[in-house]
Amino acid sequence: MSVSVEFLELLWILLPELLPSPLYALARLGVAFVAVMAFIVVMVLFAVWFERKVIGHIQVRIGPLHTGRWHGWAQTIADAIKLFLKEDIIPKGVDRPVYVLAPLVVFVTTVVVYVVIPFSRNLVARDINMGILFVFAVSSIATLGIFMGGWGSNNKYSLLGAMRVAAQIVSYEVPLLLSVLGVFMLAQTLSLNGIVEAQKGLWYVFLQPVGFVIYVIAGIAEVNRLPFDIPEAESELVAGFHTEYSGLRFAFFFLAEYANMFVMSALATVLFLGGWHGPFLPGFVWFILKAFFFMFLMVWLRGTYPRLRVDQMMSFCWKVLLPLAFLNLLVTGLVMSFI
Amino acid sequence: MSDIEFLNAPLVFKMLAALALLFAVLSVTLRNVFHCALALAAMFILLSGVFVLLDADFLAVVQVLIYVGAVVILMIFAIVLTEKITSETVRQTNQLLVPGFLVCVATLAGALYVLTRVPWPSGSPAAQKETIKLVGTQLLSTHLEAFEVASVLLLAALVGAVFLGKEITRR
Repeated sequence: MSVSVEFLELLWILLPELLPSPLYALARLGVAFVAVMAFIVVMVLFAVWFERKVIGHIQVRIGPLHTGRWHGWAQTIADAIKLFLKEDIIPKGVDRPVYVLAPLVVFVTTVVVYVVIPFSRNLVARDINMGILFVFAVSSIATLGIFMGGWGSNNKYSLLGAMRVAAQIVSYEVPLLLSVLGVFMLAQTLSLNGIVEAQKGLWYVFLQPVGFVIYVIAGIAEVNRLPFDIPEAESELVAGFHTEYSGLRFAFFFLAEYANMFVMSALATVLFLGGWHGPFLPGFVWFILKAFFFMFLMVWLRGTYPRLRVDQMMSFCWKVLLPLAFLNLLVTGLVMSFI
Repeated sequence: MSDIEFLNAPLVFKMLAALALLFAVLSVTLRNVFHCALALAAMFILLSGVFVLLDADFLAVVQVLIYVGAVVILMIFAIVLTEKITSETVRQTNQLLVPGFLVCVATLAGALYVLTRVPWPSGSPAAQKETIKLVGTQLLSTHLEAFEVASVLLLAALVGAVFLGKEITRR
């Protein structure tokens, strides 16, 4: 594992010397795209199995056990193949172009975000100096995709779900961005690689504990996980905005949801837990371990807390998280200007 | 942006500009208001592509973050909450059609007048590496007055929105 990762990193550094500039840029984008797609698929298949196993054990069950013999490891692969083989159903009353485009918008924006995530020192498709803002900007387009799905389905449950998603994401984006601002002020850069480099000595979770807590809460709300999964509340809205979707189109929404969970975890790792920094193991492994700690946290929360009410969720965002985030920003600024 | 400078060819700019114009026209001519809002969002995204080509990366990112992530979403909220606004029988225009058209033509004429008179700097200036730092320092030094006026305006808008959104109880 570690040898192959180091070989890849070496190749990453040497390639610009070997290939002429335009060809290299194109080749790099192509390789990055294929690698990101492969990573997302494998990661999501693993994450779904991981979640089912963990949630099973939390609820004193065993979860999937038979498919693939060893702890049911092949269960999600079988599920994925089943989803791909399903009939493509488009309900009669839908707004066809919007309905068809919606899963693609959600999925593509999620994939684009992976371009700037630094998996290790050199394993990043493109390190742009607006890294973190880029992530938030591109993810905000996904909200549009969710709205398209909800509205295009021409179904009241879908529309209600979509409106809840949009309200929730737009509200929680504010404390999320504000909590991240403290990290920028400490690192003096917006590049994700730069932020990780700046945490070489001390992780920002120790310098920004309040920011970290706000980030985790708002981040979980952003990806619509329990206790903030009001948009897809099964008991009231069937399945929220993707009620009318099935087969491959549903698979795209599903992939995007788990890929988004990983984005939130990866960003938490980059911003607060020192990214790829860590002893003994290669950076890539540390990064995945730290990110999956957050994935585990999300599953753990899902197994522990009941769902919030809409009004509770909104008042918590605007009356608790937002003032706290402002206070955190103010204190960070004051401390930084006097020390 | 060094290794994708080959993308910086005028052809990419032309394509982005043409598509942006197309979606801008679609956003006012489509019959379905929801589709109009989506076309507007597409136009904003393409416009941010133009900003990227011009090395204004901060502007590009903020364009998507604010306009697509907030403004268009709010518009869609309004559309979705309004009953029957998307039906085909709703009129596309109102009695302000002619004055509105005249104002548009006047604005276009004024913009063209200015655009043709201004001596544009020839040759491309060196690309700014740290646009965000530059924007920040400029905003809080050279353009401080404008910044303060904008913040007061936003505060007033916020107070107004709260007042409008509040349920008025009769005494």
